[in-house]
Amino acid sequence: MKQNIVISTKNLTKRFGSFTAVDEISFDVFEGEIFGFLGANGAGKTTAMRMLCGLSLPTSGNASVAGFDVYRKTEKIKRNIGYMSQKFSLYEDLTILENVKFFGGIYGMTKASIKTKSEELLVQLGLEKEATKLVGSLPLGWKQKLAFSVAIFHDPKIVFLDEPTGGVDPVTRRQFWDLIYDASEKGITVFVTTHYMDEAEYCNRISMMVDGKIAALDSPKQLKKTYEVNTMDDVFYHLARGAERTSD
Amino acid sequence: MSDVILSNIKKTYNKGEVEAVKNVSFSVEKGELFGLIGPDGAGKTSLFRILTTLLLPDGGKASVNGFDVVKDYKTIRKKVGYMPGKFSLYQDLTVEENLTFFATVFNTSIEENYELIRDIYIQIEPFKNRRAGKLSGGMKQKLALCCALIHRPTVLFLDEPTTGVDAVSRKEFWEMLKRLKKQGITILVSTPYMDEAMLCERIALIQNGEILSINTPEKIIDGFPDQLYAIKAEKMGMVLKDIRQFENVQSCNSFGEYHHLTFKQDNKAEKQLKEWLANRNHQNVEIQAIKPTIEDCFIQLMQ
Repeated sequence: MKQNIVISTKNLTKRFGSFTAVDEISFDVFEGEIFGFLGANGAGKTTAMRMLCGLSLPTSGNASVAGFDVYRKTEKIKRNIGYMSQKFSLYEDLTILENVKFFGGIYGMTKASIKTKSEELLVQLGLEKEATKLVGSLPLGWKQKLAFSVAIFHDPKIVFLDEPTGGVDPVTRRQFWDLIYDASEKGITVFVTTHYMDEAEYCNRISMMVDGKIAALDSPKQLKKTYEVNTMDDVFYHLARGAERTSD
Repeated sequence: MSDVILSNIKKTYNKGEVEAVKNVSFSVEKGELFGLIGPDGAGKTSLFRILTTLLLPDGGKASVNGFDVVKDYKTIRKKVGYMPGKFSLYQDLTVEENLTFFATVFNTSIEENYELIRDIYIQIEPFKNRRAGKLSGGMKQKLALCCALIHRPTVLFLDEPTTGVDAVSRKEFWEMLKRLKKQGITILVSTPYMDEAMLCERIALIQNGEILSINTPEKIIDGFPDQLYAIKAEKMGMVLKDIRQFENVQSCNSFGEYHHLTFKQDNKAEKQLKEWLANRNHQNVEIQAIKPTIEDCFIQLMQ
């Protein structure tokens, strides 16, 4: 793996009043890496992710994403990343093709490249015949695969995935990870959260947040070795059990 | 006598266009901890709503405690406890007010059934004057469970109580369910997490409105038709692609640290696959026969 740094944080902190949601986190993510961002509910994952996506200003500390500063260049960051979550992905009352075109436009792609790339995408996903169907009529698994393809449609440097496979059936969940691997092979950095511990194994490196801090950061193999356990489930349990905070 | 009986239950939406539940039949015994395991859109919530008399089935019959879900809906509502997938308590009432409200609606009091909820309630009692809307996810879940239990229901329906909940809180929640079961309450619980299936006495695997299999988790695992193998190598992504090219491989799926695979013909297959992978320069290939998990069974039954 090339060791170009695409996300770098140094003592990144976010406070809401007297509550420190994210407490001086420092880490680097490398180009093309699949980076798992784990932690219990309320550990501060969403707040950290929002800062990295340019949606929330830090209280203190530094961070750069795709080479852009999270205080001053938030608009540049938004152009260079993709984002999808379980809760928000696509507009249900637009058709598949309309969604693809809409997001291409939002990310500033030219009409010509939207046209050629959307045709390619539909063929690749086997959705040519469904192009004019409303997204709301698609099964959840299809919706999530399409949403991921849309999130990387503009060839972003980094894609942020917030619990992308929640509630998805076990076969589709695996197909979804095939898409993640393909994106990573193309050099797109994948920053992903999940509650499925088997998926933690598919990441190159994992960070574990506990009470706003990064409690551990390493490859799944090394984490299991460090904590002398056999599964990522046990690593998670070992670290998160010590948490004092229990909020969402 | 079964506490919950479904016979050919059907439910469609959009004027018959969407078949959410297709001829589902099963029963849950008195005092049983029964799991309905399946992904989003499998029909779990529709079934829960039918059984709690909140939705009318389009066909078939169902009963709870011997009462018909259509005819005797008033009786059933007094007897069962229901925790919907979406948090549905009053956000602007406090913890204690919510609990008192639900107790009063059912003509009882917190004191009368305190024994039943004590284990769970003591964990949120320090916050009893806090509004429900201001509680954390884990605490909301505990309060909702207390409210569903406060009238000592005969059957407890829990619709995806652990969805979106982290691994530690999930474990705690299942501990609570085991203790409730000891009190003799019949529990029907749904979950999209396959690993939770092992914590139920019997499970129904459900997909696209149809039951794939109903049995004890152990029997479902014993029913897996092939010998399953786990394989590990240096380059997991590459090895998966190469294994799928191997003619004698029937299925191969990633399972965390390993890939799980079955052969069409088991005879000598393991050795041949090893040679095939060695020819493709795969390093440190480890392969071993293993027992399937519920997720292996679910994937096999889906195909």
